[in-house]
Amino acid sequence: MLSRVAESIYWIGRYQERAENTARLINVNTNLILDLPKGLIPDCEPLITILGCEALYHERHPELTERRIVNFLISDETNPESIISCLSYARENARTIREILPREGWEAINSMYNEAVENKSVSYARNGRRNYLERIINNIQHVTGLLAGTMNHDIAYDFLNLGRKIERADMTTRIIDVRAENTIPDDAPELKPFEDMLWMSMLKSLSGYQMYRQSMQIRIQRNDVLKFLFMRTSFPRSVSYCVNNMGENLSSLPNNEECLSNINTLKNTLNSAPTETLDNDALHQYIDKIQLQLAKLHNDIQKTYFQAFK
Amino acid sequence: MSEKFEAFVDHPFYDEMITPKGNARAYARKLYHFIDKLDSSELDDRQKGAELAIKQMGITFRVYSKEEGAVDRAWPFDIIPRIIPRKEWITVEQGLKQRVTALNLFIDDLYHDQKIIKDNVFPQSVLDKSVNFREQCVGVNPPQGIWAHICGSDLVRHSDGKIYVLEDNLRVPSGVSYMLENRLVTKRVFPELFETYSPLPIDDYPAELFDTLASLSPRSGVNPEIVVLTPGIYNSAYFEHAYLAQQMGCELVEGPDLVVQEDDCVYMRNIDGLSRVDVIYRRIDDLFIDPEVFDKNSLLGVPGLIRAWKAGNVALANAPGAGVADDKVVYSYMPEIIKYYMGEDAILPNVPTWRCMDEDSLQYVLEHLEELVVKPANESGGYGMLVGPASTKAERTEFAKLIQADPRNYIAQPTLGISTVPTVVHGKVEPRHVDLRPFILSGKKIEVTTGGLTRVALRKGSLVVNSSQGGGSKDTWIVEE
Repeated sequence: MLSRVAESIYWIGRYQERAENTARLINVNTNLILDLPKGLIPDCEPLITILGCEALYHERHPELTERRIVNFLISDETNPESIISCLSYARENARTIREILPREGWEAINSMYNEAVENKSVSYARNGRRNYLERIINNIQHVTGLLAGTMNHDIAYDFLNLGRKIERADMTTRIIDVRAENTIPDDAPELKPFEDMLWMSMLKSLSGYQMYRQSMQIRIQRNDVLKFLFMRTSFPRSVSYCVNNMGENLSSLPNNEECLSNINTLKNTLNSAPTETLDNDALHQYIDKIQLQLAKLHNDIQKTYFQAFK
Repeated sequence: MSEKFEAFVDHPFYDEMITPKGNARAYARKLYHFIDKLDSSELDDRQKGAELAIKQMGITFRVYSKEEGAVDRAWPFDIIPRIIPRKEWITVEQGLKQRVTALNLFIDDLYHDQKIIKDNVFPQSVLDKSVNFREQCVGVNPPQGIWAHICGSDLVRHSDGKIYVLEDNLRVPSGVSYMLENRLVTKRVFPELFETYSPLPIDDYPAELFDTLASLSPRSGVNPEIVVLTPGIYNSAYFEHAYLAQQMGCELVEGPDLVVQEDDCVYMRNIDGLSRVDVIYRRIDDLFIDPEVFDKNSLLGVPGLIRAWKAGNVALANAPGAGVADDKVVYSYMPEIIKYYMGEDAILPNVPTWRCMDEDSLQYVLEHLEELVVKPANESGGYGMLVGPASTKAERTEFAKLIQADPRNYIAQPTLGISTVPTVVHGKVEPRHVDLRPFILSGKKIEVTTGGLTRVALRKGSLVVNSSQGGGSKDTWIVEE
């Protein structure tokens, strides 16, 4: 397989996953705003922090308003992290490797972008936004299923999956990180009941609420939620699941020694997650450590497969 | 006669579907009645359905404009198919095979002994000024002596009812993917029509192309590695490059994906190392293909590619230098070329052509600019030409100067009354002019597409069918009568 093609497929996986997670995040946040007392946490600000585009936002916008932030994250094509930008990059990558994808796969990726652009005005107001974002999530799930069901599960598919899982692992840690930062202040005990609601919303943004209840069978508590999201190998959006899955994909690729040793490092880090003792500062450092290890894995994949013969 | 086809009565051009009295030609009768039964809004709905399908399928081409830069446009398509009876097609097919055979013999001769020049059939002076003759290719022996493996010839039907060859494209002719996609769109939009008609299938083209390319492989006994070389996603025909690679199950590569090593073999860069490439279907023009030999600044090509080709370690289709015959002055010699190499008369006629390099013709052309179509010898895409009857006095004066400055570079032809096909225009059916581009594959055997790409000038009265200039396309059916 051509290095350039492998790289494109990998990025299709990453961009689609990024678009999907962004959509999930905005939807849950929009819901959460309705439940919490006004002014408790800055409405949408955590979103731009999670997605790492604060600097660009402040360059463009004089103030933080829900509408500005949400438009910036959904439909602003000049923001490279916006959903529409991600869908457009996924489509451009798919276009350069059209010959690898099954025809229906390309058509679905193409239609998904067209639909997102055509209907973007629906997302401006809260009442249409939810449907708009759910539609995007469904469309991405559709592409995922379509490719799983029609594409040869060979090296190309391994790279697609690698891109998807590294992005998902990264997004899950980002979501945890920011939620943990924005919990209820300690000096306001009357607001404690809302704390659980924040953790619940985080699980929901990862479609993990029901799965948490099924597998943990306890009420929502910070430490258990963290344990679930980091370590539950059966939950497909947990960091551990993603890492194990990438390990499987990598083991069928050539020259995989370095990448696999990264996977082992990540596994060790995850197995030793001291969720019981983590206060927010320690949690933040722990997440940093995982993110650095994921970044190293990305660099090694790039070095080994995309740039080796240039 | 039905009201719907009113516009065709006493229509001054040959219509492919309807007689001058407004009735259906025998082979088009069922289509005529089918269209007739659709009312204006149904016709529009079908047309919109086709446009939606094209958007979903992502059938696009790229155009450049100063305002917007490179933009992807949906492929323009008209839903009413163009029908050609099989009996007529068989003759056209024979004519094309004859023509391409002669063209390949001609090119091979020019790069070797130049017998045709020595025998005074083809003038040295034309070759001397050919912009697509490549010195670097002299003496090279491509597999089976074939230079133009993929040829796209443009055909038109004149008001006398005869089919003429307008030009031959031997460099990187495009359009075949649209021919294939048009059939799929028609099936989506008019499934009922296929209950009454059985147009001959066209979908074996990618397999035929693969076989043709495979037959060129320099390594026997191994499965040949065939790649499609594209300039990249900004090329106007990128859609087609990707499409053909996908349909053939080959890699689509860009210049930087390939490397020529010291053994003069071509390799591609894979995730696990380099692997040898045997055949390259290149969709990059000669001049950009190898910066070592041609344009030094080309980033699209592969340094050393010509070296590898000359060493016989890789096959290039079409062979570099094949474009020498893709010249409208050469075109004017086609009847003589066919006669010279094959001892036969041309089955398909040329359009009468004046060569401005001949003194007498030049005089005639300058005096009759208002009636003629003047074309530069080496342009494609309908650029740089003068359509006399549609031109202004200022344009003609300007053109006369261009011709006089470089007569070798211009030819002139009578303005043809090219045929029309019924086309949907805002819920109505009106005649629009069409041409036809069949594709001819030459390897161990010669294969012609069943029909080809019908291009249609969507603007009323326009003769320009190029998609970059307001042209569209139609599905083309070869049917048993």
